[in-house]
Amino acid sequence: MFTGFFYTLRDEKVPVTPTEWMTLMEALDRGLAGGSLSGFYYLARAVLVKSEAYYDRFDLAFRRYFDGIETSENLAGQVARWLQNALPPLKVDPAGRLPFSDWSLEELKRQLEERLAEQKEEHHGGSRWIGTGGTSPFGHSGYHPAGLRIGGQSGNRSAVKVAAERRYRDFRNDDTLNTRQFEVALRKLRQLSRNEEKPPDVLNVDKTIDATCRKGGMLELVWDRPRKNTVKVVLMMDSGGSMNPYAKLCSQLFQAASKVNHFKDIKFYYFHNCIYDRLFNDPFCLVKNSVRTLDVLRELDSTYRLILVGDASMAPSELLMVGGALDWGVENDEPGEAWLRRLAVHFTHSVWLNPIPEYMWPPAGERSYDTIGIIRGIFPMFELTVEGLERAVNKLKVNR
Amino acid sequence: MTGNIYSGTADYLVSEDLRNAVNISIALGRPLLIKGEPGTGKTMLAKSIADGLKMPLIIWNIKSTTKAQEGLYVYDTVQRLYDSQFGDRDVSDIKQYIKLGRLGEAFVSDRQTVLLIDEIDKADLEFPNDLLWELDIMNFYIPETGETVTARHRPVVVITSNAEKELPDAFLRRCIFHYISFPDEEMMGNIVRVHFPDLESKLLAEALKAFYWIRSLPGLLKKPSTSELLDWVQALVVGGIHPDRVVAEIPFLGVLLKKNQDFDQVLRRIHSPGGVQRQTVWAGNVRSGLRT
Repeated sequence: MFTGFFYTLRDEKVPVTPTEWMTLMEALDRGLAGGSLSGFYYLARAVLVKSEAYYDRFDLAFRRYFDGIETSENLAGQVARWLQNALPPLKVDPAGRLPFSDWSLEELKRQLEERLAEQKEEHHGGSRWIGTGGTSPFGHSGYHPAGLRIGGQSGNRSAVKVAAERRYRDFRNDDTLNTRQFEVALRKLRQLSRNEEKPPDVLNVDKTIDATCRKGGMLELVWDRPRKNTVKVVLMMDSGGSMNPYAKLCSQLFQAASKVNHFKDIKFYYFHNCIYDRLFNDPFCLVKNSVRTLDVLRELDSTYRLILVGDASMAPSELLMVGGALDWGVENDEPGEAWLRRLAVHFTHSVWLNPIPEYMWPPAGERSYDTIGIIRGIFPMFELTVEGLERAVNKLKVNR
Repeated sequence: MTGNIYSGTADYLVSEDLRNAVNISIALGRPLLIKGEPGTGKTMLAKSIADGLKMPLIIWNIKSTTKAQEGLYVYDTVQRLYDSQFGDRDVSDIKQYIKLGRLGEAFVSDRQTVLLIDEIDKADLEFPNDLLWELDIMNFYIPETGETVTARHRPVVVITSNAEKELPDAFLRRCIFHYISFPDEEMMGNIVRVHFPDLESKLLAEALKAFYWIRSLPGLLKKPSTSELLDWVQALVVGGIHPDRVVAEIPFLGVLLKKNQDFDQVLRRIHSPGGVQRQTVWAGNVRSGLRT
């Protein structure tokens, strides 16, 4: 039952698995939803959603699924009864509600609750049409839509309303992120550390004592491989004019990257729109404070993880033409694209983080659109959001 | 549903959705994973569940070096070696050198217990996965003695996380999850009341106004949390601050803000004309004459 809801959740990209779904079924079976839709809302959220980052998507899915529902096939038991009766009023046209507008809410609530209590007794185990049936004890024509709404109050509507409030919007992980979240995401690059590369040369005192004791006092030394992070990172950031709207975001990424001090080495360089034969040491991109890109490639071996940050948006000439560089004094005798490809070949692990939302990007390798498409064909590109950075970090962990 | 239904305790106010999550986790016998901003009472929840359900509370504090094995049992080989050399005890009885960990204790307890695994994200990435089997099946095997320790009563497991590390999916699938969101002004008022029952309402209202104003400032490095608010209220009471001064001056600001930059930012806003204006809008009834 409710299987449609499962797929609605998947559709909203809430990572629900059948295991959790079965747990929910078990819980429903035991009546943990308490027979109301708000009970079901909390139950389903607690069982199915495992991060506050998905609360908002859950709310959206919940609203989508339970707001528009009209058929009863997917629903069962008491929840179904509540749904069938409680939901239609959400669609009642405003004209039908007019007579209530001058009533106080408290009064309305009190009367309707009374009516609902009576109605429960009269229709106990009987007609499924609680709402419709509910009109008859009073015989009051205007009560019908409101009666349904109070039915919603105890069950359906409040849950949908809670869902509709989207209180957890701020926790979405595809929102752009703050320094702390950047740090947490970057810290995951630690998993990369390969212990196998080094000889076992660190004495494990605990295990040595343990092994020695197991041998009845004969010294038995236990050596471990050092658990050091071997990850080296080079971060190259676009500081061109089109990046200005994202300056704060980029500076947060910069702060996070420099704060996460678990990398073996981290280097920062800047460029203006595209990379040519010089990289800059500061965001002002002045030639007097720059280094030759070739020297950088010579100095940094290919195990450095390359993270490029930029909007990848420029005039096609800047990317594709000799001498296309925007700045005076930068004489590129090779097009920017050649330099980017050179970087991509040199650094075996590389990603491009783009602050422009992903849905605005043209497909990878698409050359006719704009430069994002071309650059996507060279570097795996990710959105500069928590989720994007996490995916980028995963990409950086495995060889392409 | 079993007879154990948690409904909050006098010293811990619980929201409806959190209460539901607790009861769902108890009924299904699944660990309850609690996340939330620091200072929202994650750890206190376990204590409150234990009090509310009249069960003993076992706390397992996780550190970066904690291994899953330690929660089950430790084989004290060093003690055994000593004993073999000094002949104090019969070393062939290995059982006496097996010391149960916190999880093991919860298993053998003759009453149902509440087990708090505090700050699970501090441990190694693999830590939660290493506990999967034991939390699921509720038993573990001690190869040294050939014993299997089985839980007599399935403990109520509460796990807290500060999201410093991502928890593994396999682990998450087995948990009931709840995120404690930061309390709104009304709820916070109730929370403060629990701790300071005799607090003057005017002072409380003003303190909350100032507190939520500070929290609403953009770009704070560390937002003040519940525990800081409680300390601050205490300071206001002890300092005998008049309620009218609370919003206008925010005395004892250092109790709320722990970072230099935050402190400076708030001070700037209090003293800049725009800041006071905004603050006045917030405070509503603070008359201009009270500004200093």
